[in-house]
This record gives sequence, C-alpha cells and structure tokens, in this order.
Amino acid sequence: MKRKWIAMLLTAAVAAGTLTGCGSSGADSGTSGEEGKVINIYTWNNEFRERVELIYPEVEKTSEDGTVTTLKDGTEIHWIVNPNQDGVYQQKLDEALLKQADAPADEKVDIFLSETDYVNKYTDADADVAMPLTDLGIDPDADLADQYEFTKTTASDVNGVQRGSTWQCCPGLLVYRRDIAKDVFGTDDPEAVAEKTKDWDTLKVTAEELKAKGYYTFASYADTFRLYGNNIAQSWVAPGETSIKVDPMIMSWIADSKEWLDAGYLNETVKGQWNDDWNKAMGSQSKVFAFLFPAWGIDFTLKPNWDGESGAWAVTTPPQEYNWGGSYIHACTGTDNPEHVKDIILAMTADKDNLLKISKEKADFTNTKSGMQEAASDNSFASEFLGGQNPFTYFAPVAENIKIAPLSAYDQGCVELIQNSFSDYYQDKVDYDKAKANFETAIRERYPDVTEVVWPQ
Amino acid sequence: MKKKSKSISYAKWGYIFILPFFVSFFIFSLIPLIDTIRYSFFEYYRSGIKEIGPNFIGMANYAELLKSDMLKYGGNTLILWLIGFIPQILVALLLAVWFTDIRMKIHAKQFFKVVIYLPNLIMASAFAMLFFTMFSTNGPVNEILMSMGLTEKAIDFMGTVGGTRSLIGLMNFLMWFGNTTIMLMAAIMGISVDIFEASDLDGCTGLQRFFYITLPQIRPILAYTLITSVIGGLQMFDVPQILTNGQGNPDRTSMTLIMFLNNHLKSRNYGMAGALSVYLFIVSGILCFFVYKMTIDDDPDGSKAAAKKKAKEERRRR
Repeated sequence: MKRKWIAMLLTAAVAAGTLTGCGSSGADSGTSGEEGKVINIYTWNNEFRERVELIYPEVEKTSEDGTVTTLKDGTEIHWIVNPNQDGVYQQKLDEALLKQADAPADEKVDIFLSETDYVNKYTDADADVAMPLTDLGIDPDADLADQYEFTKTTASDVNGVQRGSTWQCCPGLLVYRRDIAKDVFGTDDPEAVAEKTKDWDTLKVTAEELKAKGYYTFASYADTFRLYGNNIAQSWVAPGETSIKVDPMIMSWIADSKEWLDAGYLNETVKGQWNDDWNKAMGSQSKVFAFLFPAWGIDFTLKPNWDGESGAWAVTTPPQEYNWGGSYIHACTGTDNPEHVKDIILAMTADKDNLLKISKEKADFTNTKSGMQEAASDNSFASEFLGGQNPFTYFAPVAENIKIAPLSAYDQGCVELIQNSFSDYYQDKVDYDKAKANFETAIRERYPDVTEVVWPQ
Repeated sequence: MKKKSKSISYAKWGYIFILPFFVSFFIFSLIPLIDTIRYSFFEYYRSGIKEIGPNFIGMANYAELLKSDMLKYGGNTLILWLIGFIPQILVALLLAVWFTDIRMKIHAKQFFKVVIYLPNLIMASAFAMLFFTMFSTNGPVNEILMSMGLTEKAIDFMGTVGGTRSLIGLMNFLMWFGNTTIMLMAAIMGISVDIFEASDLDGCTGLQRFFYITLPQIRPILAYTLITSVIGGLQMFDVPQILTNGQGNPDRTSMTLIMFLNNHLKSRNYGMAGALSVYLFIVSGILCFFVYKMTIDDDPDGSKAAAKKKAKEERRRR
C-alpha cells in the first residue's frame, strides 16, 4: 500500500513539473515587446524562401532539407510548404488560421503568402486574418512609395487599408519563336514583330499570315484568357452581393476564342493549360508561334519545356496590357514576431537594391518603379534565353499601364470553371446555352452562397 | 477487502481483447457517421474563410439534391460501371473455367494468376494518370496509330463521350478482372469432381458442362460478385476524377456520384455533402441487404458452394 502511495505522489510531482514548465514558457513568449523564437511562414513552394535567402541580410543558414532557416539573432524561420494544386495550400492555411487564436506562441502563423487569384479572400476586412501594414509600423504611402500602384490596390481591403505587400509584379508580354518570325515575316526583330501584334485586329491579320505557312498563333484558347479576364471592369461578385456578374470582357473572350479556334489560329489538340499537350507545344517540334507570359512564365514554364538551343525566343508587346499572378506577403493577425515580420516585409518588398538583385538573379520583374526604369535601359539585365534581349525594356511600359481588375473572393473558382465549362463549347461538344448552364451548375457547387449568375446582354 | 469469488471467468479477457476494435470503430467510424447524418439537416459551409452555419434547415438539402443533376450522375456512374463490369465478368468466367479444367493442363497456372492480379496492385490514381498521358491527343498511343498509318489525324480520345467512358471502363476492367477470376476459380474448385466425371461418362460436351453444371453451381458466388461490384461501382471516384481532371468532361457525362460529392467538399459544404452521403448510404444499405440474404440463407438451390459456406460458418460459431 505504502509503495503505491509513493508511486502516485511521484507521478503527480512529475506531472505538476511538466505543467509548470509549459505554463512558464507560454508566459514568456506571451509578454508584449518580447519577440518569439519561431517565425512560421506558410507558402506553396520554395520561391519565397530562395528570395529571402538571397537578399535578407539577417539570414545565417538554412537546414539541408530546407524546412528551417536560422537568423543571425537565433530566431528560426519554419517553412510550412503545401502545394497550390487543388486548393491544398488554402485548405491547410485555413485550418491553421482558424486555430490561430488558441495556438501556442511558437506555433502561430506569422507570415503567409497568397496569390492574386485568391488574395482577396485573405485581405477581407471582416475576416481580419492579414494585419493592416500600418499596425506593423509600415506606412504604405512613405515606405512603399516606389511600388507599382496596382499591386498596392490588389492587397487592400474594401476600405482601402493595405494588408499585404509583394516583391514582384507580373506584367505580361508576348513571347515568340524567332525562327518562325523569320520564316513568316522575314525578320525576328522585336520592334518589327511588335507592329504585327500591337492590337487584336492587327494580330488577327498576322494570325492569317501564320496560318498560311502552317503555324498556329497561340497554343490554346486558355492562353489568351488572362488578357481578357484580368481586364474586367467589374468584379465577378460585387462586395456584399451573392450574384455572379459575368463581365462583357469574358463574353468577348468566349466569342473570340471560338472564332480563333474555328479559323485554325489555335492548336485544337491543346486543351487548356498546365497539361502535357500544352507543355509539348513549347517544344522545338511545335508549330506554335507565341505564348503570353509574365516574367515568371518565361523563366519557370517556357524555359524548362524548351528543348532547342537558348536564344530562340524573344519578347514583344502583347495585344493588350495585362497582369498575371503575383505572390503577396501578409503578416498574420496574432503573430508573436511583429518586429521580425515588419523587417522581412520591408527588406523583401521596399528595398530597391534588394529588389534589383532579385531581378538580376531570379529574372523576376520586381515591384520598384524607379528600379525597373533603370533595368529597362541597363543591358546587364539582358537574358541569354531571349537571345541577348533585355526583357525589362518591354515589361516596364506594360507595368505602367496595368489597371488591376477589381477582385472578389470568388475569382479563383470563376476563372477556373468558366474555362472548363466553355472548353466543351469550343470543341463543339455542347451548344452555347448548355455551356452557360454547365458553368452555373459548377459555380453553385463550388460556392453554395452564390444565388444567381447574371450574363451580360 | 471483499471476498474473492471462487469461479474464474475467462470471458472478460475475450471482451478486453476485442475492445480495441470497438473503441476505434466507435471513435473513427460511428461518430463521424452520425455526424454526417446530423449535418445533412444543416446549412453548413465556408465562404472564403468565414464559416456559415450550422443552421438547421430540415430536409432542404435533400430536396435541393433531388432538383439537381444527381440522378444524371447516378446514371453516369451506372453506365461507367456496366462498361467495366460486363467484359470483366465474361473474361473472368472464361479464364476461371480454363484454369480449373483438369484436361486443359495449362502450364504455369500460378504465374498467370499473379499476372492477371497485378493491375489491381497499382494505385487507381496512378493507373488513371498513366492512361491520361498515353491517350492524350499528342500522346504515345496516337503517335503509334499515326506511324502505323491507321489514322491520319490524332484521335481525340478524351474529347468524346464514348472515348472517355470506354477508357474508364477499360481501366476498371483491367484492374478488377483478375480479382474476379480468382474468386470464381475458388467457386468452381468447390464443385465436386464427381459431377464432372459423371457428366463426362454421359457424353457431355464442354459447352453443356459449362451451362448445365458450372454456371448453376457457382450462382451464389456470381451474385455475390455482382453485388459487391455494384457497391464498389457506386463509389467510383479516383479513375474518372484523375482522367477528366475532376471535371467529368465532356459535358459532365463522366461525372460520378462521388465526384459530385467531392465538388461539394471543395467549399466544405458539409450539409449538402452529408445529404448526398445519406442517399448513397441508403442505396448501399439495400444492396448489402441482398448480399446478406444471399450468404446467410440456407441454400435454396442446393448448391454445393452455399452449403459449404454454411458448414464453414457453423464451424466458426463453435
């Protein structure tokens, strides 16, 4: 009996010790002014980490598996990476955000990233998961004055409070094959080709020329989507409403794509983007003349799929200015490392020298107006892949003219589903009205709170 | 201290040993099951990162589902299942008869049994991925057809209703015919050799033997295969999901019920998804009832297989 009592006493003592241990450590990191020891960053690939390692001066080293980066003051950055495909990243992030209030200090999300397609979901004022930059001590008007205006608007909520900041800016260009241009137009000079691609009407005439020689202008109908879809005048869903309003711009994308496909300007065997057929269309055996890409698309998508010699491609002005993509950095509400977070955001998005370094090393078009002006005329930014052409000369003016389309939290689903639904229509599998009906069905499945879909007259 | 009872009961150990199963079943199956049914009466989903509900709305989810294209997707599921099942059962029957025929003397029987079962070991999604790449418009199958001169232009397999459906059927057939063959072989081997010998003496042909002896004798197992396959078919998901990128293209003609369910889960619509699950639960329940009837009942047709099964169950009970 006695022994039993002693055992119980000991167990209780050990348990109590453990509990006090927890309690005290919690209290430590909870006190205001003290910074936590762990910065948790949610993202979907290594892009952000590589850029932090490249330019953030406080970085000491990164562990070999790439999950932990140690800073010089001993603070650890923990990278929590989940792929973007199929909404996995957002699912995991949403779970973490719902638990944010109760999580221990070292497990709280400190920074998370979002893409333009769903940035609006996280900058929402009511949800309040992304901190206003002013709460961190960043004044957008002074500290971020050199950023492109549209990137600041994109990361703001309905009241105009900026809740995120980005290092990149994604003006898109038209990337074309030099050999095809020589064959058809007799020249591969970007200035001369720009004359042939400057607007949609001219481009259609050019498409006919290309077709006569057996070439396709673009690979798939989805290639042109961003030029229309990111230039809509009204958001898919107006704030506070539950009806989807399809913009006339989208309707012209549908009409034009059908016309182009039927005319044989597009490769009918390539259905949409990000699939095997599309990747093959970027190879040297393909008959596709051009793609529409921002800087990341050239470096991240076109380059790995091109199997010929480098220097075969060139960039020129697209028929319409557009923006595609962009990763925003947000400070998460409830972070226990506000000072570090502020420091990282400023170093990554507001320091011109740092941004120019990213442009040079990683070929991103970065978010600094004056820096990009300099890069446009600085030949050390020339790209070998583009045959010694300096792409910034073409990116910079496009970026100046971008007016970002009004965003809504429903964008990702709308963009994805309208392309899918009308894909059947382009291939003559369903008629126009059926495609519309299929879009309505699909969008209601994705967003149960959508009450109706309004098509323009 | 209480006085200890004299008799020693070992029964409690039995209960203790089966306890882990019941505890885990309770936590991981029963509670979620009841929760699913409960949520089916609620409006409960996420809009962005805001949670809507749960608000009690009665049978509204069920009514809405009946108004939606649910029955059409049910039809799709049935068609896709049939395309796979008909060749599957025919080929499996043929192979099972050949493999069990003593006079055929097929060599390396074990080897073939393993080979036909192999496709079942590959993950369905990986299999679908493989087919997706092989049959894409610029894929290897089209390249082979074109280089052999069988077709001028690349065939758009996945752009047509028939093409997509047959590909899904073909995959299901390839994955499951080995499994069915082995099951049917077991059934045929359970038939007494005496019957076959007697029929031979009476001058019975191979075809007669098949239709008048083998087939009637393995009927219970055939029915069992059919029903389990229907239940599996109802839950068809990964193959069409991967092959059509979750869209059920073209024109949602290869959208199965579970893909429909999955679409609701993208917005965490637990209410609607719950209601759909309950519908599926009821249908599967009815089918299970038939299986139960078939395996537990005394054998009405006097078949050996059923009798054997019964005897086995008797033994297990003791």
